[in-house]
Amino acid sequence: MNRRELIKAFAASASLTLAGRVWAAPATDARLLVVFLRGAYDAANVVVPVGSEFYYASRPTLAVARPDAGNPNAALALDAGWGLHPALRDSIYPLWAKREIAFVPFAGTSDDLSRSHFETQDTIELGQAVGGSRDYRSGFMSRLATELTRVKPISFTDQLPLIFRGQNQIPNIGIASVSKPGVDDRQARLIREMYAKGDLANSVSEGFRVRDDVYKSVSEEMMAANRGAVSPRGFELSARRIGRLMREQFNLGFVDVGGWDTHVNQGAATGYLADRLGELGRGLAGFSEEIGPAMWRDTVVVVISEFGRTFRENGDRGTDHGHGSVYWVMGGGINGGRMAGEQVQVAQATLFQNRDFPVLTDYKAFFAGLIQHVYGLQQASLERIFTGIKPKDLNLV
Amino acid sequence: MSITATLGSRTAAKLMIGTIAGLVAFHQPARAAELAAQDIALLDRLTWGVSASSAAHLREIGTERWLQEQLHPANTALPAAVQKQIEAMPDVHRFPFDIAASFDQQGKSANQVADPEQRKAAQQVYQQAMNDRARQAAARTILHALYAPDQLRERMTWFWFNHFNVHQYKANIRVLVGDYEDRAIRANALGKFRNLLSATLHHPVMLRYLDNADNAAGHLNENYAREIMELHTMGVGAGYTQADVEALARILTGVGIDFKSEDPKLKPEQQSQLVREGAFEFNPARHDFGDKTFLGHQIKGRGLAEVDEALDILCRHPATATHVAKQLATYFVSDNPPAALVQQMAQTFQKTDGDIAAVMSTLVHAPEFAASLKGGAKFKDPMLYVMSSVRLAYDSKVVLNTLPIQGWLNRLSEGLFNHETPDGYSMLSAAWNGPGQMMLRFEIARAIGSGSAGLFKPNEPNAVDQPAFPLVMNGLYFSNIRQTLSPTTLAALDQAVSPQDWNTLFLSSPEFMH
Repeated sequence: MNRRELIKAFAASASLTLAGRVWAAPATDARLLVVFLRGAYDAANVVVPVGSEFYYASRPTLAVARPDAGNPNAALALDAGWGLHPALRDSIYPLWAKREIAFVPFAGTSDDLSRSHFETQDTIELGQAVGGSRDYRSGFMSRLATELTRVKPISFTDQLPLIFRGQNQIPNIGIASVSKPGVDDRQARLIREMYAKGDLANSVSEGFRVRDDVYKSVSEEMMAANRGAVSPRGFELSARRIGRLMREQFNLGFVDVGGWDTHVNQGAATGYLADRLGELGRGLAGFSEEIGPAMWRDTVVVVISEFGRTFRENGDRGTDHGHGSVYWVMGGGINGGRMAGEQVQVAQATLFQNRDFPVLTDYKAFFAGLIQHVYGLQQASLERIFTGIKPKDLNLV
Repeated sequence: MSITATLGSRTAAKLMIGTIAGLVAFHQPARAAELAAQDIALLDRLTWGVSASSAAHLREIGTERWLQEQLHPANTALPAAVQKQIEAMPDVHRFPFDIAASFDQQGKSANQVADPEQRKAAQQVYQQAMNDRARQAAARTILHALYAPDQLRERMTWFWFNHFNVHQYKANIRVLVGDYEDRAIRANALGKFRNLLSATLHHPVMLRYLDNADNAAGHLNENYAREIMELHTMGVGAGYTQADVEALARILTGVGIDFKSEDPKLKPEQQSQLVREGAFEFNPARHDFGDKTFLGHQIKGRGLAEVDEALDILCRHPATATHVAKQLATYFVSDNPPAALVQQMAQTFQKTDGDIAAVMSTLVHAPEFAASLKGGAKFKDPMLYVMSSVRLAYDSKVVLNTLPIQGWLNRLSEGLFNHETPDGYSMLSAAWNGPGQMMLRFEIARAIGSGSAGLFKPNEPNAVDQPAFPLVMNGLYFSNIRQTLSPTTLAALDQAVSPQDWNTLFLSSPEFMH
């Protein structure tokens, strides 16, 4: 099915779409993928403040060297103040050269200072005010989906994450382990009938529909692999599958990647964190390749994490829980190749609580500004997604 | 005024049934009245799933005696066939410290092999051996869950493991994860919370997992200190500050692991402070002896005794009572447990100095708990779903291979010892009833319902699959379960084309998911 037919199919089949609001139609057939790095990645060692003496003084064993063409372990120059971790040389750095990626330093939760992974992940996924009672049945991407027409949301996770919980049942699929369904069509029909009147009816019917769609897509890849093609593994495999599924079927996606909680021996230019980064970078590059040049122009990928880590390294060549992080925004139509948003000099005097990066760009204002441009959403829609938030325009889209 | 008018007719009717049942039981213990739907629900809620034999046992001794038996288990003996399987596992009779020390040695030797190819091979052998130990530990967990008579304690063991979660794939945790479950968790699962917390703190697995083995004076690592307060005791938002996290991290300096047989070199004045118990070590040379302010208390710097003082402060903090009570009520009652119930449990916690059996007694005797047994309010998490399926299908016919079960749990994202982060698996239904999860459950229902699924083929070379058939449509089904199914479910079951198909549909039904 080509793209035009696909769009027609979306429009024709109400069951393929969530009930949207006509006044908030997406301006284009934009694709949005949010990638959540769970565990609070050490942003300061990925988008490295190479212009800061204080960085090198604070990290005697962890620092990544200043850009140096002769040193393969040196940071890759971004601008005068910042460099990129060398593990991203072949995957993400080319996007910077093409101005298809921007980094937003000093980003995070301005209202959640708990430094708890789980608390702050919840805060971000819910996108609600901190302090009042939380509604755990209302994640912000679910609210976004409700505001859009022709939206086909999906969570590429084993479980339905908080960010996608809400009034509409959004499908989830553990993308790394798709296998041939054993429950046949007749059993599927009988099972659907058993659930038809209960509160899991949508979950079950969405499940069977997505199961078949995804298996069809993945089985083509498996056939290719059987013919000797090298199959990627880990996040790279997942991200490539996500790229194909978002090219063909889904336009609003979420995926999370764990393993970033580096209290001990996180490594510098090489080592544990570098390995995780390399895999992440290859995955994201693989995603852009699979979604294809045409669709990549209409695609925005946002990489976030719950918080940053302590700016100084701890006693175990690792870092503890901090505050401000660096978000990534990628896509073919991105105003990239630059550091976006408010910035301060990286120095002891500008640390938050003399400990970690401050938050100058709040995640809610950031997302509100971004989705406003991606989808042309009106203020009333934005207000329903992030109540009481003034969108911050970082001129990314 | 008649009794009926005072108590309300339903209560009075129940009292009468109770009396009649009591009389009948006096004459014919094994043939008392049929179990109430409530009792079946009780078994499902407090054990790893109702089976024909567990229902018969409850019917025989009555609900209250059964509850006492579960809260204060005297009989913890596994069936002989199960015990035999466990005895056949390597290492079960070795001292855990020796096992871990020899693994540690094996790992070091493997890394020292000069030839790169041989080194890789040696490292693979080492990793493989560790994987085997973790799989055996998981097998023991499953065998306990399926067949132990002290079922509530087994549910509590899973709950507390999850509360004090560790992840098998960090470092060499695989070697001792089974010992952690047995000695730190199961042994204290219905005892005092203070002992449970202390046992996890003294276990090398926890000290490795949350990096306290690396926490030393002047080289603080806050990881464990933070998670003790956030997850294990008070709960996030309970009022502790970053300064309290740092104070507790300082208190915990020097608490670590040592697999060497010789003691660390110490200054003479520090030697009396050294504590070694198995792999646990308190090394005074690594401890910060300065005074600390922790949660408003002045703690005099003096060594390992500071840790005991801090644990006392944490265990007696009202926030801990509430946090633990709420976690238990969420697991055993509902996603949003009634506040009054949580409060009552927290009161018991404080009154009894954290006696877990007493807190659980408050829970199971509360009207809110009885009310929650009606109508299948609680959605089963994957562990309960899989265990209850196997228990219902095979009852006391002992499986010979738990690897298929381990695989199902992994596929359902609730694999044993497999949650990477210290928060443990979610206890909320929304985490488990998404579309992707439901599809996997139906696949696993099919695997369990269609045949023996590899459960009766021992995991050894040339093993032969023993004959076994899942029997879901059994006496218990006709006497009790069928009556609880909706007309829609019964209509679907009527269309089954074979017993296997019927099993698959039944295990996929909304009623069995709850």
